[in-house]
Amino acid sequence: MGLRIELDESKCSGLGLCEAEAPELFEVRDDGSLAVLDATPSDEHREACEAAIASCPTEALRLVES
Amino acid sequence: MDHLVVVGASLAGIRAVEAARRAGHEGAVTLVGAERHLPYDRPPLSKAFLDDTGCEPADPRFRTEEHLHDELGVALRLGVPATSLDTGAKLIGLDDGAELGYDALVVATGGAARTLPGSEGLSGVHALRTWDDALAVRAALDAGARTVVVGAGFIGSEVASAARKRGLSATVVEALPVPLVRSVGEDMGRACADLHRDHGTDLRCGETVDRLESAGGAVTGVRLGSGEVLPADLVVVGIGVAPCTGWLEGSGVTLHERDRGVVADATLRAADGVYAAGDVVHFPNHLFDGEVMRLEHWTTAAEQGALAAKNALDPGAARELGTVPYFWSDWYDSRIQFVGRPSADEIRVVSAEQGDDRFLALYRRGDRLVGTITIDRPTQIMKYKRLIAQRASWAEALEFAGVAGEVSRA
Repeated sequence: MGLRIELDESKCSGLGLCEAEAPELFEVRDDGSLAVLDATPSDEHREACEAAIASCPTEALRLVES
Repeated sequence: MDHLVVVGASLAGIRAVEAARRAGHEGAVTLVGAERHLPYDRPPLSKAFLDDTGCEPADPRFRTEEHLHDELGVALRLGVPATSLDTGAKLIGLDDGAELGYDALVVATGGAARTLPGSEGLSGVHALRTWDDALAVRAALDAGARTVVVGAGFIGSEVASAARKRGLSATVVEALPVPLVRSVGEDMGRACADLHRDHGTDLRCGETVDRLESAGGAVTGVRLGSGEVLPADLVVVGIGVAPCTGWLEGSGVTLHERDRGVVADATLRAADGVYAAGDVVHFPNHLFDGEVMRLEHWTTAAEQGALAAKNALDPGAARELGTVPYFWSDWYDSRIQFVGRPSADEIRVVSAEQGDDRFLALYRRGDRLVGTITIDRPTQIMKYKRLIAQRASWAEALEFAGVAGEVSRA
């Protein structure tokens, strides 16, 4: 069992609210696109990751258990 | 707790019902909305929704009716505004004459756009607050309307941007000498004015609206205080929002003396069993030493909706809200982002000192960074949001911005 972050680039508008919640997992690049720094985070990041997903105004992020 | 009622089928409203179920609430949940629509998302309505893409704009609704009903077990009462509240009997009066009892209530009725006197019933004059407003504005832009925007705030400026992107003429009338000067300060206001002028929008500052000109029930122009008439097929009025709390008058819920917004404590509690969320609520924000604020921001509405529901269902374990306000606005091909609070002892325009044309200003209160505004610095803004959340000192903020040790401009 592991966690996987899925980013829908067609929805993401690069506001960066996810980065504010979980800077260890997300960073908006200079061109406004989003970098997922760790797409398979360990379980200790789950709470921050869920906060990041809830903060996204375009619902571009999903966390799946794989 | 048995029955949770959420009044306001908004972002705060949908987050409230979702949070209630996530928190394990198994009792009944009812969502009441004044509009006939399922809860929908507002930020796109003044942005991508208005663009001429050649196809239908994206559906702004958050969830389907089936999802709300079947997955979340939410009973919907849409198109039925609440008209009264009795906090003693725990009864909500509805516009269709029905009464709805509750055990816990979340008030998320938001605000209504302020209107211009004399604009009632005139076609071609719109606010931009609701989905229906956005459909009307979009249709007018599709028809090639000459556009006049009243109020150079964020919504009005986004409409002007949309008109210019389509090659239509756009004029913005603003009473203040510099746009947004009260909300973001003079330097940022000037930067915003430059964005308009650089993209061919005719920005008229320090100008008032005398009245709307019309013929046959349709607007034809805007007469200014100076006597000049600006021809217009579409007038969009963006002069702010007033909290929708008429139904709470006399209910025992305290309403703010200035704008009649709901006055709540730090846990968003407004009265026994009544919590409030979103644009409607004044609350003390513990991240800013208890400064009382009413915010009209997407992120705050989302946070408050979830927290208000959880606190309403379990008042004994109620948590206080500490949040860094955030908003963004898309003008032409630029993105404005603000974090924190604009009222400050000093606003330092770092970008001017560094000779960078991408605007960056820091807001200082005492020895602390309380706000940051940027234009087109997507990789930086959220790092400032974290600094503010961590109560970073002014010195830390200046060091992060790369201007440490330099003497501030007077």
